[in-house]
Amino acid sequence: MNSSIIVFPGSNCDRDIAVALKKFQFKNTMVWHKDVTLPKSDLIIVPGGFSYGDYLRSGAIAAKSNILNEVIKKANDGCLVLGICNGFQILTETGLLKGVLLRNKNLKFLGKDVYVKAVNINNKFCNKYKQDQVLRFNIAHNEGNYFTNSDHLKELEDKNLIPFKYCDKKGNINEENNPNGSLNNIAGIFNDKKNILGMMPHPERMVDQTISGDDGINLFTSLLN
Amino acid sequence: MKITNSIIEKHGLKADEYSKIKELIKKEPNLLELGIFSAMWNEHCSYKSSRIHLKSLPTKGKQVIQGPGENAGVIDIGDDDAIIFKIESHNHPSYIEPYQGAATGVGGILRDVFTMGARPIALLNSIHFGSPDHPKTKALLSGVVSGIGGYGNCIGIPTVAGETKFDSTYNENILVNAMAVGHANKNKIFYSKAKGLNKSVVYVGSKTGRDGIHGASMASAEFDENSEDKRPTVQVGDPFTEKLLMEACLELMKDKSIISIQDMGAAGLTSASVEMASKGELGIELYLDKVPCREVGMTPYEMMLSESQERMLIIIEDKKEKEAKKIFEKWDLDFAVIGKTTDTNNLTLKFENEIIGEIPIDALASKAPLYDRKWTRKKLPKKEINIKDLKKIKLEDALLKILSSPNQSNKSWITEQFDQMVMTDTAQRSGADAAIIRIHNKKKAIAVTVDSSANYCKAHPLTGGKQIVCESWRNLISLGAKPIAITNCLNFGNPENPKVMGEFAECLMGIKEACEFLDFPVVSGNVSFYNGTNKKNIDPTPVIGGVGLLQITENKINHLLKKEGNIIMQIGKTFGHLYQSIFFKEIYSITEGPPPEVNLSNEKNNGEVVLKLINNKLVASAHDVSSGGLIIACAEMCMTSGYGLKIEKPQKLSNLMEHCFGEDQGRYLLEIDPINIPNVLKILSANNIFNESIATVQKDYFEMSSEFKISINDLYKTNNKWYNNY
Repeated sequence: MNSSIIVFPGSNCDRDIAVALKKFQFKNTMVWHKDVTLPKSDLIIVPGGFSYGDYLRSGAIAAKSNILNEVIKKANDGCLVLGICNGFQILTETGLLKGVLLRNKNLKFLGKDVYVKAVNINNKFCNKYKQDQVLRFNIAHNEGNYFTNSDHLKELEDKNLIPFKYCDKKGNINEENNPNGSLNNIAGIFNDKKNILGMMPHPERMVDQTISGDDGINLFTSLLN
Repeated sequence: MKITNSIIEKHGLKADEYSKIKELIKKEPNLLELGIFSAMWNEHCSYKSSRIHLKSLPTKGKQVIQGPGENAGVIDIGDDDAIIFKIESHNHPSYIEPYQGAATGVGGILRDVFTMGARPIALLNSIHFGSPDHPKTKALLSGVVSGIGGYGNCIGIPTVAGETKFDSTYNENILVNAMAVGHANKNKIFYSKAKGLNKSVVYVGSKTGRDGIHGASMASAEFDENSEDKRPTVQVGDPFTEKLLMEACLELMKDKSIISIQDMGAAGLTSASVEMASKGELGIELYLDKVPCREVGMTPYEMMLSESQERMLIIIEDKKEKEAKKIFEKWDLDFAVIGKTTDTNNLTLKFENEIIGEIPIDALASKAPLYDRKWTRKKLPKKEINIKDLKKIKLEDALLKILSSPNQSNKSWITEQFDQMVMTDTAQRSGADAAIIRIHNKKKAIAVTVDSSANYCKAHPLTGGKQIVCESWRNLISLGAKPIAITNCLNFGNPENPKVMGEFAECLMGIKEACEFLDFPVVSGNVSFYNGTNKKNIDPTPVIGGVGLLQITENKINHLLKKEGNIIMQIGKTFGHLYQSIFFKEIYSITEGPPPEVNLSNEKNNGEVVLKLINNKLVASAHDVSSGGLIIACAEMCMTSGYGLKIEKPQKLSNLMEHCFGEDQGRYLLEIDPINIPNVLKILSANNIFNESIATVQKDYFEMSSEFKISINDLYKTNNKWYNNY
């Protein structure tokens, strides 16, 4: 599978995701933000970090960059797109994904392991997980509090466009286990066609048991499936 | 402009120092020259009060590539891998402006590490605040923590370990020490020593603004009631630009175009250019019109003294400018040739084609003042308390009170504000005795820790100095790492006070003695004097940053209990020393008496044998016994793992409190599977190591028969409430 990682000057998870992709034999290319064309890709990744410093609203400037125009075109043609953390924020800023990521409910940066439940697995990104499997992922963000209007929220639920929800170790989804205040404990969402996934947790940080855990592996192997 | 006494005083220079300046340059300095002297001769940059004492530290060793004197220390960890690290203080700016002060502290120490060619792989911090009841503490804590996180999280270097302490001694002078650790190829390390004549001096990074002017001089004086007015001397950080600068520098370093490189930290352009020229025994000429400035109309004085962040000075090989410029343009950074090296041995400053300042380099560097200040020895305090005379307290009550106290509480409120996982090589995050970072794409890993014990150092500086080195050594060993070297950040009060100077001198003697004995050399460091307000000095607070090596990352262990039925074996003897303990302080508010004795040969012997047991895979988990003593160490092993312990009641010591809370040194707790006990005992007795079995791992409860039985859940709750309620 051919993948491309978009690298902004302030991206800082680009290397981590490249390491994970290599581990699962993706043929990956790093694409610099000033580039104007994308190589042939089956999967485009917008990684975590601070794109252009994010002194404005997170992802706002990145959404207007040249390379993102290309990403938008490819995404609309059905190419798989994965936005992680800052990448998710950027995708919402482009409008590829609806809704916004507000500041965390405690108004602080949050860097910790959390549990998420794979609530919808019938898609390109999650098919190797078991339905309702509880996964341990790492989050590290200041603005991860997903918000959208009630019509869209209903649509997300009704059309199974939410792959991951924050939960506790046993899989209970409740406010106590909602780290950042996201509506309905949403940790990630799809677009209508389910070819674009935005998620706050970092699956690339969970591909090595020696370091942190391996619950992220199946996201990559799902894509290869 | 005539230089008056008041101008001299405002520049932090003493009358005799001003006379010395005139003597050295054989003329009256102009304002620009005076400013430059003030920047170079202040305590922060010149180490004028500390140099004599620092010389005694052991700085060499088989694995030391570069000791103190460069931007950071460098050690060899085999296979061409080098680790570059240093700790530095940013106390004064953080007290005035906590977010920016702490953030730029992180930024500054990161530059010290990547200037030498290393990619930073870990950040650590040691932060000390005043009493939680002090009106400023809450805002300072919150600002400093978010500043540290704000910088490290954005640039994408994991903040993996640290310590946070509260004590009224820091009410009006907090401590913010930041440590950075980087990885480099040992054949590609960059130094600051200038070489060659007529080589271009290149300025890269952010533009120069008016922030941080006289920052280093500010950090070289005590605070008073007007400290708030010093806010403009605090620099403002931009981690995004630092990220660009780091990537651009590391990209340029792949090539052979850099002759020498130095970051513009304290005293900015002045210090960077003087240091490069001084080490290279050359002169340097700067064309200040060429300095990229943020605002129009900046004066040469402001350019030379600004401490704007995220800037570097590079001396570059002939004909390499064009390629280098391309790299910096790619990263949208300024790149300007602002000078050249000369054979005059002078710092020559030109502006609009005129020489506006000229000072011999040696007058600023090697001939800067050096003081052998008066100092007094501190006697070992007497033991004057009989524990039997103290009001009785139940063991359980004391335990719970200590676990819920600010200093012993779980620090996840702090560490969750840091990205600990970015770079995805963090194999042990904070909350353990040390953190572990795997070397990218390799099997091996390093362990890192920061430690301090101000109350021990205050009670008896010589013992305290030894103790912190030992503590660092034990923390590394407890994770299965072989200790290699340390960096130190020496936070003290006013060196003109003989008592403070004595604390400094004796702490250093202690550090020296322990480092020598343990073969644990000092490779970098920083001195921060004048920590105090209105003549009230802080307690002596040297902070040690230790680095150790694990050959195989998978062999790491930590202090999480692993299996029901396993035995907890204590290495080292409990004598029950309660003076200077958390127990005395928290329960009885007793702060007098001597610190626990440090026996270096026991430390060495115990540590080496524990490491051997871990390497032989005989240990399931390990924990250093430190502040709070045996019982707190046991509780920590329970709370992090969810397992419980049944602790045996001691037979020997007459007093249960002494047994449980005594802070005797050189002790470890090891969790051993019963089938390994015979093997472990064989190794221990062959090495004459004192040991005793003290507890058994069980489910759910932390207990000692007839004393207490507490569920792990309750224990955890007790330990986790303070920060969330503060």
